[in-house]
Amino acid sequence: MAKIIVPTPLRKFTQNQTSVETGGNTIKEAIGSLVTQFPDLRQHLLTKEGSLRTFVRVYLGEEDIKQLEGEATPIQSQSEISIIPAIAGGKA
Amino acid sequence: MIATENITFSKAEIERYSRHLIIPDFNIEGQRKLKAAKVLVVGSGGLGAPLLQYLAAAGVGTIGIVDYDTVDDSNLQRQVLFGVASIGKAKVDEAAARIQSLNPYIKVKTYNTMLSSDNALDIIKDYDIVADGTDNFPTRYLVNDACVLLGKVNVYASIFRFEGQVSVFNYTDEDGNVGPNYRDLFPSPPPPGLVPSCAEGGVIGVLPGILGSMQALEVLKVASGVGKPLSGKLFLYDALDFSTRTLKVYKDPENPLTGDHPTQTELIDYVQFCGVPHVEQEFREEAQIKKVDVHRLVEMRQAGEDFQLIDVREPYEYEIVNIQGELMPKGHIDEFVGKIAKDKPVIVHCRSGKRSADVIQHLEKQYGYDNLYNLEGGVLAYADEIDPSLPKY
Repeated sequence: MAKIIVPTPLRKFTQNQTSVETGGNTIKEAIGSLVTQFPDLRQHLLTKEGSLRTFVRVYLGEEDIKQLEGEATPIQSQSEISIIPAIAGGKA
Repeated sequence: MIATENITFSKAEIERYSRHLIIPDFNIEGQRKLKAAKVLVVGSGGLGAPLLQYLAAAGVGTIGIVDYDTVDDSNLQRQVLFGVASIGKAKVDEAAARIQSLNPYIKVKTYNTMLSSDNALDIIKDYDIVADGTDNFPTRYLVNDACVLLGKVNVYASIFRFEGQVSVFNYTDEDGNVGPNYRDLFPSPPPPGLVPSCAEGGVIGVLPGILGSMQALEVLKVASGVGKPLSGKLFLYDALDFSTRTLKVYKDPENPLTGDHPTQTELIDYVQFCGVPHVEQEFREEAQIKKVDVHRLVEMRQAGEDFQLIDVREPYEYEIVNIQGELMPKGHIDEFVGKIAKDKPVIVHCRSGKRSADVIQHLEKQYGYDNLYNLEGGVLAYADEIDPSLPKY
């Protein structure tokens, strides 16, 4: 099972789990497995057509999936997938 | 490269910086570059506190500070630049006084204003490096775009609850290659509401101290030319499980500023870009909601009127302070619909009146309620105007 690391802003949709074990052979399938387990996440990660939203960045290990094969990038059982959040805090 | 030919040090300065001067890879040449450097710190809050103190202590020759805010008591949990005596005073003045007393050999310049598309280029143009310690997406994109348009390095850090990020954007290496910028990493901001600010979402006190210190060191590295800055990389720190990751950041061919076909050559309206509703629009929507103020609530209670009071905050907020409303958190409001009366006035409240207004709009649209009233100013107003013994948060 690959592991998806859930960033802080999205943990309210994963019952505060910081990482989630997912199935699938590609990034797309892993994200699909994640939003099946946590349906409230779907609208925050995927468009109506099912592709990743533009503000959602996904990494396999330390590599941006855009530099690999995008959502079709194959994953292995020990893969670590990160969803990178845009966060803005610092001053207030 | 920052010119250092005319930089000299007094005896006192040599003694002050002696621990830098004896580092073989840093030495007096690194210190000269720090003294010649002009660094603008945007935001003198959580990140700004360590940034400003360490940059000043290290001997960065000119430090600019931009902030429009005043010091609030709730800042002191993490903004260690300030003390109790600073409360109510302008942050830039308090910050400048503090770092000038730490290091009298540097120049400090303050801008008591909100950085905007109208003033950003004018302020930033006089500096070599910008350290972004702001707290909202519109200003993050503004700082980035202004740095790209002016060719300045943008040393970035950002925090949320227990999580932080650091990177160095728009950095030109010794071969003249310019590294990625914020828009390469995040082409567009998340929709408003998904990522709350620290004021709404909270932040653990030490976190900005850690991330702001890393940010300060990246500024010193860029200014002195020592080491390899965090350009083309994003450092992530999750304090909850002490996990760190360093990811690669690439230039995006579709970047509107620096991509293959740039479409943007000036600053834009960042509030609109980030989809943050303009005040007028928010006002218009909220104007249609019925409201009561805290005095009316007290009257209704004293008169024994039949009404329901609902608190839509989170349980941990209820524990901080409450005014005996029935707790029905906003995120689960649909599950409580059966318990929200339709046959008598229902007053809905939160901390400040914003979330309760959202809940009322939702309930009116989805379930046809017409008996809902927003408590203006929420528990904050109640604490201010009715019961000053209640804590505000």
